[in-house]
Amino acid sequence: MDTVDQRTRYMLLISADEDREPDVVNEEGLRRFHEWMADLERRGVLRAHEGLYPSRTATTVRVRDGEVLRTDGPFMETKDQIGGFALIECSGIDEAVEIAAGHPAARFGQVEIRPVR
Amino acid sequence: MTDVRAAVAAAFRDEWGRIVAALIARTGDWDLAEECAADAFAAALETWPRDGVPDRPGAWLTTTARHRALDRLRRAKAGEAKLRLLAATADEPSGAPATRPDDDRLRLLYTCCHPALAFEAQVALALRTLAGLTTTEIARAFLVPEATMAKRLVRAKRKIRAAAIPYRVPPPDQLPERTAAVLGVVYLLFNEGYGATSGDGLTRPELTREALRLAALVVELLPDEPEALGLLALLRLHDARAAARTTADGELVPLEEQDRTRWDRAAIADAVALLRRALDHERPGPYQLQAMIAACHAVAPRPEDTDWTRIVQLYDQLLEHQPTPVVRLNRAVAVAMADGPAAGLAQVDAVAAELDGYPLLPATRADLLRRAGDRVAAAAQYRAALAVAANDAERRYLARRLSELDPP
Repeated sequence: MDTVDQRTRYMLLISADEDREPDVVNEEGLRRFHEWMADLERRGVLRAHEGLYPSRTATTVRVRDGEVLRTDGPFMETKDQIGGFALIECSGIDEAVEIAAGHPAARFGQVEIRPVR
Repeated sequence: MTDVRAAVAAAFRDEWGRIVAALIARTGDWDLAEECAADAFAAALETWPRDGVPDRPGAWLTTTARHRALDRLRRAKAGEAKLRLLAATADEPSGAPATRPDDDRLRLLYTCCHPALAFEAQVALALRTLAGLTTTEIARAFLVPEATMAKRLVRAKRKIRAAAIPYRVPPPDQLPERTAAVLGVVYLLFNEGYGATSGDGLTRPELTREALRLAALVVELLPDEPEALGLLALLRLHDARAAARTTADGELVPLEEQDRTRWDRAAIADAVALLRRALDHERPGPYQLQAMIAACHAVAPRPEDTDWTRIVQLYDQLLEHQPTPVVRLNRAVAVAMADGPAAGLAQVDAVAAELDGYPLLPATRADLLRRAGDRVAAAAQYRAALAVAANDAERRYLARRLSELDPP
């Protein structure tokens, strides 16, 4: 008997070293990516998914003492940067891990799984 | 009165995990489950002295805890579905022969040891929910402030809820990996108690005791898992030698100097029998192999009777499962005992680069150099070992060895 048959939403934050972008967009990378998307379709879990332009295109905004401060670049200067996200709704953490592990970028970057409130 | 207290204490040991596990299964609420289980035991302390100990204390406690949970959920206006689920089971006798009466505890065990939780959180959750230790006791056992441990438990439970960590025994394809994780939690808990990595004592018996209890529970829940049997045998073999492992004032006594008459022979025989049961499955694994190595030591009447050649072979097999530098270092020690210190030192040198900063590396080198008669090099290694030793008892042992090498 499973306690509660609830579905949980997770945000998958996909990040990697942006210099490895060619690994994602080459033929093999794209094939893997399409397989991943097809798997998500089959599971019927995908709620939203987008890829992002590189972090050098980012603008970060802070309001301090009522003043809007703009910075050119991402809020954290790290080697690995968010390159895309997916919002999924699935049966639990085990399925979310399975899905995250299937993303091609997980092979050299990482996928952070965050439950959505 | 003392009889009643003893009955409550015994029931606590036997029933706490069962009651908590069943309530979590039916309500999905970990805090509610713990609180209602605690309420049931408080009620027992109140009413059993007056009314006598019930014929089946477990059934009494289970029913009381369930009624308490129903009351609370009704007052909190919980959803009808949850209430029905709990009410449907409220009056069934405890231990009613379900397909597997211990499914709930097994699910609880796997959930506590889910890899999405940090190791510290896994251990703390298992000790709290399955073993019934209080937050204060767990904090004391891990030498952290109570507030820290309380926060750790709250966070872990919140993550289980928010991230939807499933309350279940994992499906077959995940089972081997997840079972290994469960055994790993118990093993590391025992090691933490057996060779304390912090504090002034060498051991923390409360940790080894709880690890032994959990290991026995895992065997009870997974009777056909040879590695669970192997782990329990391994821990019991270590534990059977515990009394001889330290002096009355807490000094570490190395294996070869231990008074073997103080080893618990009956416990060793039991553990060896357990190990045989594991080996009958003919699915050897790291815990069974380590238990076999421990058994080689445990059955030798004198240090010189130890079958070191056999131990080297067992380490070779262990390396097939766990090709780690630490296993290779231990194998090197066995080689030294079987073929002489020079052969052992060569093996130590071969693995040294991968063990940079590992406290037992200089200590191992020092002991082998001492056996080889190289006092100067041995002293240098004892000094290096002293600088990185994990606890005070180890430091005192190393200092003693060092002082024996260069007399004042």
